[in-house]
Amino acid sequence: MNWTWFHKWGSPKWFYEMSGRWLPWLSVAAVLLMAVGLVWGLAFAPPDYQQGNSFRIIYIHVPAAFLAQSVYVMLAIAGLVGLVWKMKLADVALQQAAPIGAWMTVIALLTGAIWGKPTWGTYWVWDARLTSMLILLFLYFGVIALGQAITNRDSAAKACAVLALVGVVNIPIIKYSVDWWNTLHQPATFSVVAKPAMPFEMWMPLLLMVLGFYCFFGTVLLLRMRLEVLRREARASWVKAEVRTQVEKGL
Amino acid sequence: MSFASFAEFIAMGTHGPYVWAAYGISLAIIGLNVALPLLARRRYLQDEARRMRREESK
Repeated sequence: MNWTWFHKWGSPKWFYEMSGRWLPWLSVAAVLLMAVGLVWGLAFAPPDYQQGNSFRIIYIHVPAAFLAQSVYVMLAIAGLVGLVWKMKLADVALQQAAPIGAWMTVIALLTGAIWGKPTWGTYWVWDARLTSMLILLFLYFGVIALGQAITNRDSAAKACAVLALVGVVNIPIIKYSVDWWNTLHQPATFSVVAKPAMPFEMWMPLLLMVLGFYCFFGTVLLLRMRLEVLRREARASWVKAEVRTQVEKGL
Repeated sequence: MSFASFAEFIAMGTHGPYVWAAYGISLAIIGLNVALPLLARRRYLQDEARRMRREESK
């Protein structure tokens, strides 16, 4: 197998140039998918026969919860790559993805609480799904705090990678919590193997929103990583040239 | 269209406050996540350009 594609990721300059080319596409896809999904889900999808219109919260709750868990898995993968191959860009990705993941967990928890009130009669219960999601938020806080507390960049990268890898055990617990324990939370909305238990006009906008949230994450992650690469490589001549051209363009 | 009028759309049955609160909070957080890195990049480029000019004039 040819590994040159992998080695290219070791070059910050290559990443900066490529990500600059991907950004317009990703951001346009995010805006389009989320706009269509939002209007479709809010105004055109039929109301749920049991939950009425409160079910429309699903169109942000589920994508945010998906993303919150996927981002943590990404953190663990980036941590592993950083530990094994000492790739600096992996640490940049880990540090820059963590705050986005934390914000997505906040969205999932808040919209879940708001949805819970009319549906369950309570904002919060200490059951397995909700508690394991709260633990996910604390794991994100741990990674962010650890990264900022350690001034030596290599030590910080190592510590964050280990925490991300250890914490990933929480992800299957979140996923299977609705099967393993009694809970108020409804079971999984989407399954890879089964047909959705919802009509097309209900699940299609949800699928669009999930894809839109992933594109949104990609866009924001690249924005954050590009800035961090400029900061870390500030002494390189290509960064100085890039700063000059950007400032001449009037930003 | 699932609603007969705009007023019904705003009311969301009896669930208007819940639906709109959830969407409002989420869109605000999403907007913040996009705006903050863009502003940070702008500020960084300006600071860095100023620093480079200072070093050149020395």
